[in-house]
Amino acid sequence: MANQADQIFVLLKHWIVSIFPAVVQPYLGVVLSVVAIIAVFPGLFALTTVIERKGLGRMQNRIGPNRTGPYGILQPIADGIKSLTKEDIIPTSADAVVHFIAPLVLVVAVFMGFAVLPMGRNMQLVDMDAGLLFFFAIGASTELSIFMAGWSSRNKYSLLGAMRAVAQMISYEVPLLMSSVAIVMITGSLSLVKIVDAQNQYTWGLPHWYIFTPWGCAAFVMFCIAATAETNRSPFDLPEGESELVAGYFTEYSGFKFALFFLGEYLGMFSISGLGTTLFLGGWSAPLQVLNFVPSWIWFFAKVMLSIVVLIWIRGTLPRLRQDQLMNFAWKFVLPMTLLNLFVAAIWRFMGEGLLRWIVCSAILIGVYVIVGTIGMRRKKFGPRTYRYAE
Amino acid sequence: MNVVFWILAVITILGGLTAVTLKNTVHCALALTVAFAGLALLFLELDAQFAGFAQILVYIGAVAILVVFAILLTRGSETPSEGVFSRTWFAGLLIAAGVFSVLAWAVLHSTAALPHESNVPAVDVRQIGHALMGRYVLPLEIVALLLTSAMLGAVIVAMHEKGEQK
Repeated sequence: MANQADQIFVLLKHWIVSIFPAVVQPYLGVVLSVVAIIAVFPGLFALTTVIERKGLGRMQNRIGPNRTGPYGILQPIADGIKSLTKEDIIPTSADAVVHFIAPLVLVVAVFMGFAVLPMGRNMQLVDMDAGLLFFFAIGASTELSIFMAGWSSRNKYSLLGAMRAVAQMISYEVPLLMSSVAIVMITGSLSLVKIVDAQNQYTWGLPHWYIFTPWGCAAFVMFCIAATAETNRSPFDLPEGESELVAGYFTEYSGFKFALFFLGEYLGMFSISGLGTTLFLGGWSAPLQVLNFVPSWIWFFAKVMLSIVVLIWIRGTLPRLRQDQLMNFAWKFVLPMTLLNLFVAAIWRFMGEGLLRWIVCSAILIGVYVIVGTIGMRRKKFGPRTYRYAE
Repeated sequence: MNVVFWILAVITILGGLTAVTLKNTVHCALALTVAFAGLALLFLELDAQFAGFAQILVYIGAVAILVVFAILLTRGSETPSEGVFSRTWFAGLLIAAGVFSVLAWAVLHSTAALPHESNVPAVDVRQIGHALMGRYVLPLEIVALLLTSAMLGAVIVAMHEKGEQK
């Protein structure tokens, strides 16, 4: 019974496919999975916009949308109608072809990233041998669409926003990859399905998720920082900061194309939260062994929504980083820490089981972090906070 | 020679041709990206997963953006004053034809040069890793050294510019 609930979508797909003749069957299976992904994730996107606006509103001591439906639940429908019916303005001197395809490239690239995420037991669209590499390759293609958007608008603010966004995304691409390489090293495979399977074991009822190891925890923190910067979310949202750059690279987009960019950005958030869940939080495996009766896809989506809520929380809490602070942070702090993390993961692997490796690895990571942090902070003079009021 | 190969070949060649004939340099760079994507898809069609995805990650994700930045930060984004085609196109055509014939001869005679390779090698990522760390570790280290020196050179060039301005 529990197995049936767990595999309910897979069984449903097999049942639908078996109705049709054998010639059509492989293509129909793929089309069904693709339709499922295209239906589920934009639905989650609509839910996330409400959660974000209400959550940010409460964190900023205001209410957020509450006119459309109880607690503003029908707000995404209102937003959708608005963006579909707004006039699509293209500036006269803008490059019409590139202006048109930029949001398309973004949305297509982001949707392709969902193909390798294992959303439940046996529930990935493709089980690729080099799945993680595919995901990062497709993620790198989104930077090009942002540049196309910014350049084709013939607008100084758009171009500045696009250049900053691309520089930021390239800088944080390296820590993102390097923190995942530690996981690949320990698992021994680039396939996301095998990575989840390696974490699906339990010792004394507690799972073997990689976040519960010292190097995994450090890698998770760095992955989160890099993921927040990759999706241009606060505190790394200088490229789209409203007070700095009008709206950055999508200033000249209105109506449905703006909605496509918005969709692409939020789906990128889902996609990278899904990857973080798969790599560090055990994908679809349950937290405790006794909870295995709950279907695996519920665990996956619960973990992804938890990551989204944490991202929204961080957005409402931390101030924005300046461009040079952001780049300094990436190249001078996060990247060396990811390299050290690789080294520590190797030490973990070769020390064998036991308590000693926990102590040694944690000591190395925490010690280096504290030392580098104190050396970096010594040059900045932070005194007690002073306030200046207008007279 | 199936349909997919012909479609990908058309995409790649069209991308390359438009990359050299368009007037706007950024459009040329984007057409070059299409050619890179066609090459990556050709790799994937030959079942070389790692090579295909690495092509996308490196060429489209980094080299194309580098080319575009270089165009933007220099004066290449202005429309050229003399037209797109150079005056010495015949010499260029001869040299290109010569290089193409040498490459075509090498590719067509490769089955005779490596008689022990199977027709469809099945290479997975683990074997690539073993090969890189085992048999080909010296080229790997030399390439790493080359990349490090390139990065150092870039930093030194950028630093000197700041020094001269002051």
